[in-house]
Amino acid sequence: MITLNHYLALGGMLFCIGLYGALAKKNAIAILMGIELMLNAVNINLVAFNHYLEPSKVVGQVFAIFVIVVAAAEVAVGLALVLNIYRRRLESNVDDFNWLKW
Amino acid sequence: MINNAWLIPVFPAIAFLIIVFLTRRVQLLSALVGIVAIGTSFIMSIGVLREVLVNGISMENPVEYAFTWLGIPGYLKIEAGVLIDPLTAVMLFVVTLVAFLVNIYSVGYMHGEPGFSSFFSYLALFGASMLGLILANNYFMIFFFWELVGLCSYLLIGFYYHKHSAARAGLKAFVTNRVADFGFMLGFFILFAIFGTFNFRELATAIPNYQDTAFLAIAATLVFVGPIGKSAQFPLHVWLPDAMEGPTPVSALIHAATMVAAGVYLLARAFVLFASLPTVMLIVAYVGGFTAFFAATIAITQSDIKRILAYSTLSQLGYMVMAMGVGSMTAGMFHLMTHAFFKALLFLGAGSIIHALEEQDIFRMGGIYKDMKVTVSTFIIASLALCGVPPLAGFWSKDEILAGALNHGFTGLYVLGTVVAFLTSLYMFRLIFIAFFGKRRAGLHGHESPFTMTLPLLILAVLSIVSGFVGAPFVSHGFSSLVYYGEPHHVVPNYGVMGISVLVALAGIFVAWVLYGRPSDVPTKIKHRFPFIYNLLVNKYYIDEVYMWLFRRVILGVSYILNWHDRHVVDGIFDGVGRLTRASGHKLRYIQTGNLQTYALVIFSAVVIITLWIATPVFGGMLQ
Repeated sequence: MITLNHYLALGGMLFCIGLYGALAKKNAIAILMGIELMLNAVNINLVAFNHYLEPSKVVGQVFAIFVIVVAAAEVAVGLALVLNIYRRRLESNVDDFNWLKW
Repeated sequence: MINNAWLIPVFPAIAFLIIVFLTRRVQLLSALVGIVAIGTSFIMSIGVLREVLVNGISMENPVEYAFTWLGIPGYLKIEAGVLIDPLTAVMLFVVTLVAFLVNIYSVGYMHGEPGFSSFFSYLALFGASMLGLILANNYFMIFFFWELVGLCSYLLIGFYYHKHSAARAGLKAFVTNRVADFGFMLGFFILFAIFGTFNFRELATAIPNYQDTAFLAIAATLVFVGPIGKSAQFPLHVWLPDAMEGPTPVSALIHAATMVAAGVYLLARAFVLFASLPTVMLIVAYVGGFTAFFAATIAITQSDIKRILAYSTLSQLGYMVMAMGVGSMTAGMFHLMTHAFFKALLFLGAGSIIHALEEQDIFRMGGIYKDMKVTVSTFIIASLALCGVPPLAGFWSKDEILAGALNHGFTGLYVLGTVVAFLTSLYMFRLIFIAFFGKRRAGLHGHESPFTMTLPLLILAVLSIVSGFVGAPFVSHGFSSLVYYGEPHHVVPNYGVMGISVLVALAGIFVAWVLYGRPSDVPTKIKHRFPFIYNLLVNKYYIDEVYMWLFRRVILGVSYILNWHDRHVVDGIFDGVGRLTRASGHKLRYIQTGNLQTYALVIFSAVVIITLWIATPVFGGMLQ
């Protein structure tokens, strides 16, 4: 029997993995992937809560779809930035993205 | 006319602007603008005086109108308004008349001076400020104009600014008055703090319920500091003799007839405040009496014609303040009026002589009465009026002051006042005998001054003769039934006082004649017999030296300490704060690595901590 707690545990694990990726990776693409993982962890939580607590309403699912849409847009912008930076500087390591610093 | 009285100061103000911006280059036009403006004010003042007399406007039922100039509802209301009672009307008349005559006189006196137009613009500005001061219906407004007349005084004393002594004298007048004005300001701010209003009439109804409180006494004393400065009472009298560096018409108008009388006018205006406080009245009376005596003694030994007149002004202002102090507000204002006429005449006469001879030392004049008959004869009339020889103006007003002092039980001040009357005729006729009669000094070519200068002299001479009659005891509904505090009263002639003061005045003239009227070595002998007293008087009791010593030792010493304190303690604190900020910033900037992931970690940690913090009760519940 799969309960709400299983889904929450899965969501929590995915979030932590995503957080680690976003904070510890040096590659810009990997950071974007980490962020995507975190967003999807949240989506799992939203859908799970919806299913187990208020099955009659689809609020959580609608939220999840919103998040997916926003995430898609965010990734598109983020990838475009990274790609451009890579083309100009041959660089995808965020530690070297320092030319806007003081 | 009364409803348009606010226009009286507006005309000279407009004249000031016209002269400054339009007619500066055309000298005679500037003078004409100034004369026309003050002349219009003079005619309007006559109208106001007439309406006050005809409509029966009295001290209890004045005409007042105002608008709120500045206000915070419930906290602060500063009005700009006009208060017209007989006191105002009389002052308006005196000031505009003297100002008008001085303006005419100045055309002749200042002829050919480089600053001719600016002189008339300053005179117009002074006229506007002085008339505004007279019309003011509250302390704030009177203070505003009080400062403006001070400014005009400064500008006109330093009119010959290329002369070092004139520039310094202007500065001295300004600084001395600033000291006094600060006291005045504190005084009426305390009044505002107690009563919540600046308005004279509202204060007049509120003050009697508040008698004999320490706050009120402090406020009154501080308000009195204003007149001490402006009317040059001891110990802030030092600026007035030096103010004689200005052109002579200015000395006549500002430093004899009008501005220096503003202090006395303020005392009269605020009389309800002083009348409720006998102790403060005592201070006022003795400051005035002492100044009268003190200045008269100095005048005996001076040799500069304008300085003698300046000390005489100090002495007469002392009389007026003394009259206020003993409680005869009427007598003080009466003397203010008569004094304005004869002292303006004396100064204008002195100006006429200086204009002709270009000499101010009386010992280098002599025998000029043949050349300048009009000037000398009007000068002598004014001197007789000043000495209190009946029936000239000064006799009636001075006697009223002396009788007032005696009637209110100030016998000491009465005696002092009588001695001053003796000294007055002594120094005036010393001047006259030395400067006008006797042997003609070599190299002097006197000539009578032009018509524009002698005409004001003649008009003022007539006024010096007749203006005393408005307050004479035998005139019913005279001055004392118009300008009074409390009840209108009729002056009862005190023949004893009159007789004694006439005798004393004649004695002074006689002594002056004995000493200076004919060739004699008595003055020199007296000088050698009492060198200490002579030096004391000739050096004006060393007051200036004492002030300079105080300035050098005390003020500069304290300033040195304060400077050190400012540099090391105050600046130290602020520099320290600055240095601390800079140093901490220098250290803390390493927190900002510029690494986005570090920032994200910090943000996330903060979110976790906050979540835990908010969730603590939930965990607590779970643990139980």
